[in-house]
Amino acid sequence: MKTFDYTITDELGIHARPAGELVKEAKKYSSTISINANGRKVNATKLMMIMSLGVKKGVTVTIEADGADEDAAIAGMQTFFSENL
Amino acid sequence: MEQYQGKTIFNKIAIGKVFLYQKRETQVKRKHIEDADAEIARFDAAKETALTQLDQIYAKALKEVGADNAAVFEVHKMMMEDEDYLDSIYNMIRGELINAEYAVATTGDNFAEMFAQMDDAYMQARAADVRDISERLVAVLCGSSTDMHALNEPVILMADDLAPSETVQMDKSKILSFVTRHGSSNSHTAILARTMNIPAVIGIDIQDEWAGKTAIVDGYTGTVIIDPDAATLEQMSEKMREDERKQQLLKELRGKETITKSGKKIHLYANIGSVSDVAQVLKNDGEGIGLFRSEFLYLESETFPTEEEQFKAYKMVAQNMAGKKVVVRTLDIGADKQVDYFNLEKEDNPAMGYRAIRICLDQQEIFRTQLRALLRASAFGNISIMFPMIISVQEVLESKRILEEVKAELREQNIPYKDVEVGIMIETPAAVWISEELAKEVDFFSIGTNDLTQYTLAIDRQNPKLDNIYDSHHPAVLRSIQTVIENGHKGGAWVGICGELGADTTLTETFIEMGIDELSVSPSFILPVREAVRSLE
Repeated sequence: MKTFDYTITDELGIHARPAGELVKEAKKYSSTISINANGRKVNATKLMMIMSLGVKKGVTVTIEADGADEDAAIAGMQTFFSENL
Repeated sequence: MEQYQGKTIFNKIAIGKVFLYQKRETQVKRKHIEDADAEIARFDAAKETALTQLDQIYAKALKEVGADNAAVFEVHKMMMEDEDYLDSIYNMIRGELINAEYAVATTGDNFAEMFAQMDDAYMQARAADVRDISERLVAVLCGSSTDMHALNEPVILMADDLAPSETVQMDKSKILSFVTRHGSSNSHTAILARTMNIPAVIGIDIQDEWAGKTAIVDGYTGTVIIDPDAATLEQMSEKMREDERKQQLLKELRGKETITKSGKKIHLYANIGSVSDVAQVLKNDGEGIGLFRSEFLYLESETFPTEEEQFKAYKMVAQNMAGKKVVVRTLDIGADKQVDYFNLEKEDNPAMGYRAIRICLDQQEIFRTQLRALLRASAFGNISIMFPMIISVQEVLESKRILEEVKAELREQNIPYKDVEVGIMIETPAAVWISEELAKEVDFFSIGTNDLTQYTLAIDRQNPKLDNIYDSHHPAVLRSIQTVIENGHKGGAWVGICGELGADTTLTETFIEMGIDELSVSPSFILPVREAVRSLE
């Protein structure tokens, strides 16, 4: 299992549209990717669950990837977060 | 093929697919099902349709309102494909053996509730998105919807009944015909159908299974045919083509004068209910607008329309009519036309209640805003102002006094306006009896035969049970019209008819003999009435 931390800089936090893009990105990998925030952990392929975390600007989230392509998944997620959130 | 008999509103034929218009608050019923796999397949098919609709709406929104505003429909698509949302629906169908509509509605409620309880205003607002996608799915499952944006072709719109506030929001280019279960031949849907020049039939027992099926609406006989066979389809198509040929013949009357053989000229004007109706007036060669119902501005709006909004609408109509007369009737809200933000109390007898000029003289700010907008627009064309529901000389004097005050205000502010003609609707028996006195105070009368018949005969025109005795040809109504014309002329006022009766060609000769100066009719009746006038001696 690989992880990294990321602090959200987008004004609106993880709002609906980037959450949707995040789901698309997470579905590219066979590894299970999850997001930890505000004391909860949700699967990154589930849009409404991600939205329900209510992650706002300034909150630090931990992204985990566990599976055969976890290295690629973590790299992909790091790029996605820094570009979109 | 099935055939149903109703009451016709407008003599024309329409052939097309049925669109069931159902109000959003339609309750989803819980039903037990036997075959979970079949129900899930039905749901999946509905989901695909809903996703296609969202694609189309997204593409349309992208063109019309730009990427930022269109993004919400992309989000709706993603939400609709959310695993947890779908799993919840599948589990309910399988686990409880219930119908897909109920599973979607319940799941939608649960997820919406989850968002509504978050402590973030942005996320709370997402509850509406979840409800929206769930409603869309339920609508597809039921084969019905209020969402007409996704329609690719014009449809035959069927509904229990339609409120004016609903019809104003519809995309009229998508409607071939109206069929309703309730309503009367004098209801607003009926008036709308006549304005739009499309067939309509009322009193049909509409069934849910008709959604999406082919239907024929025969406005000549009041018949609605569902799933017509090939022979019937061919026969009705031929009848429709014949109709069009007749319309073509009428078109030859465009540009001709409305004058009898002996040289009596009638001003033939049009009734309209919104700015976009002007196109129909010009197409049918209306010589002016004899009744511009200003209510649409109030019905279309969530709050009181501003002076600027009203000014723009009046100005546009005045300019498009290019110097031809445009008679605007001031606010006629109340009775059967209700607007939420007016906060009108529920009345036992709204037709005789707090409405029209009674509201305007009581809440003068609303009235002054409208008059200011009208006077400002008068500088751009030939506008006349008409007050509805008058029962006394006092009301006319009071209305004119307020109009003068508004004029003085505009002069002070150096805002241009023209001196407009001022007239009143004659639609109460009281106004008929004092028409001699009223004529001295105004430039013109316009007889509203619908309300005049209702009040003279004491028959509620919204009550379909009374349609058979609601008789605009009643001698009491015709004698009233005669009296009003005579008294109007004595006092120097010109007299017109703007009610439905004005378009009744069986009475055109009678009205001309009575001395009528103007007839104002739905745009689609202009050429038929012109033909009738020209055929008279």
